[in-house]
Amino acid sequence: MSTISDFIGVSARENVEKAIAKAHESESFHAILSLTEARALERADAVDRGEITGSLAGVPFIAKDNFLTLGGTTTAASKILENFEAPLQATAIEKLEAEGAICIGKANLDAFAHGGSTENSAYGPTKNAFDQERVAGGSSGGSAVAVALDIVPFTLGTDTGGSIRQPASFNGVVGVKPTYGTVSRYGVVAMASSTDTIGVLATNAHDAALIMDIISGRDTKDATTLPDFFTPTTIEGTKKIGVIKEAMTDDVDPEVRAAADAYIEKLRAAGHTVEEVSLSLLKYALAIYYIVVPAEISSNLGRYDGIRYGRRAEAATLTELYGASRDEGFMAENKRRIMIGSYVLSSGFFDAYYLQAQKVRTLLINEFNELFNTYDMLLTPVSPTPAFKIGENANDPIKMYLEDVMTVPASLAGLPAISVPAGTSAAGLPIGVQLIGKRRDDAALLALAESME
Amino acid sequence: MNMTQISDDDVQHLAQLSNLQLGADEVASLRTDLENIIGYIQQLDELDTTGVEPTYQVTDLENVWRDDVVDNYGIDKASLLKLAPAVEAAQIKVPKVL
Repeated sequence: MSTISDFIGVSARENVEKAIAKAHESESFHAILSLTEARALERADAVDRGEITGSLAGVPFIAKDNFLTLGGTTTAASKILENFEAPLQATAIEKLEAEGAICIGKANLDAFAHGGSTENSAYGPTKNAFDQERVAGGSSGGSAVAVALDIVPFTLGTDTGGSIRQPASFNGVVGVKPTYGTVSRYGVVAMASSTDTIGVLATNAHDAALIMDIISGRDTKDATTLPDFFTPTTIEGTKKIGVIKEAMTDDVDPEVRAAADAYIEKLRAAGHTVEEVSLSLLKYALAIYYIVVPAEISSNLGRYDGIRYGRRAEAATLTELYGASRDEGFMAENKRRIMIGSYVLSSGFFDAYYLQAQKVRTLLINEFNELFNTYDMLLTPVSPTPAFKIGENANDPIKMYLEDVMTVPASLAGLPAISVPAGTSAAGLPIGVQLIGKRRDDAALLALAESME
Repeated sequence: MNMTQISDDDVQHLAQLSNLQLGADEVASLRTDLENIIGYIQQLDELDTTGVEPTYQVTDLENVWRDDVVDNYGIDKASLLKLAPAVEAAQIKVPKVL
C-alpha cells in the first residue's frame, strides 16, 4: 500500500487522476458513493501551478459521506439526504485543504453511521477488501476499504462506538479513534454527540499521526473541542500494558485471540511489560451504549423533518409530512435506534434506563482510571471475529451489536483507542488489535504502534 | 432477565413520539427487535449504583465561553434557502399545520 510521502513532490493532477482511475477499477467493492472529480482536478491544477501549497499539497484523500464537503453531495448513505449539497465544509476537511490535500470523493457507510458492517447503507453494502462475500465492517466501511485497496493513502472516518476501529481491523489498515474532543465535529452529521469522534484511517501509524496532527485542535464552532495537544512522537522507554482478560474469553474467535497473543509476544520481545488485567464492567458496556447512544440519536435525528433540507414526502398536513418523510428517508436500523431512544427517554422509564446507564458509565470510567494508575495502555482484540459474511447478522440486531463489545468501552469513557493490523486468519482475513490509552495519550499509542510495525 | 412485553400499540406510540409513520409491514419486526434490545439493556438492573453520580459528558471542559458577537459561519440566507424543498417569497413553504 502507498504512503502519504509517495504523493508529495509529484504532479498533483497525476495523483488525482491515478486515484480516480483506481476508484473506477475498484467499483465492484462499492467503497465509494460519489467522486468529486471536477473540484479535485481544479484543486490539483492549482497545486501544480503553485497556487495551493502546504504539507499535504497534492495528496488525495476520501472522506466518509457524513462529512460535509463542497463539490458534490453529502448523503450520510441515507435516502433523506440523497440530493443534499452542503453549503459549507466540515472543519476537518477545511484543515486538510488548508494543507493542500485534495478530497476526491465520499466513502460508503451505514446510513447515519448506524451499524457495524456498512450493510445498512441505503445504496448497498461495501465489500471487504480481502473477500467480496464478506462485510467491510462499519460504519466507516468504505473509508477502510478505500485505504486497503490503495485508492488513496488515507481517509477520514467517524467513530462513535467502534466505527473506525472495527472496519480498520477487518481490512488490515490502521484506524484512530482519538480522545473525545480532539477533532472538531463541526460539519459532520451528528449521531451521538457525547461519544462521536472524528478520526483517520491510513496504511501505517506514522501517516495516521501526520493527519491527526493536522485535523486536531480547538475549534470555536465546536465547544467540546480540546485545546490542541496532539503532537506526533516516537516511543520513549518501555511501556506497561494491561491485557483485558474479559476481552480474551472463549467467546472470542480462537484466531482473533491467537493474533492478539502474537502481538503481545512481539511487545514483550521489544521489552514492554504485558500483564493480564480485569475490566469487570466490560460486559455491561454494550448495554450502557445501547441506551445512551439511541437516546442521543433520537434527539440528533429529530432535525430530519423534510422541511428545511432533505427529502420531503408528499403529504396534506404537516404531521403527515414529518412522518412520511422520515419513514421514507430512514433505514430500518435508523428507526430502531430512534425508537429505542424515545423509549429510554420516556417519562416513567428515564430513571430506570438513561439515568442508570449514565451511572454505570461513571463506574466504567472509574474502573478505567484505576487501571491507568498502574498501566500506560490497555490491549484487547478489536472485534470478536474477523469479517463475517454479508447477510450473516442482518436479521439479528443484538448479534450485530455484539460486534462492538470491545470497542464501546473506550467510546463511553472518551479515551483514545487505535486499531492496528496484527495478522491474518487461515482464510486470509485481516485481524486487528486495539490499544487503548489515557486521555490525550493518542500520539503515544501511535508511537508504540509505529515501533511494532 | 425480566422480559418487557412490547405490544403493537406500544410500537405505534413510540413511532408517534419519534415522528415516524410506519408501514403496516414494519410493526411486527420492530416489535420483536425492540423487545429483544430492551431485554438486553435491562441487564444494567443487576448493578447497584446507589450514590453514584451520572456521567453526561467526558470532555473535562466546563463553561466554554465565547464573545457575544454575531458569526454567520460564512453562510448566507440565500444558500440555506436553496436547500429547502419548497420556498416562496424567501420563506420555506409547508403544508397547513392545523
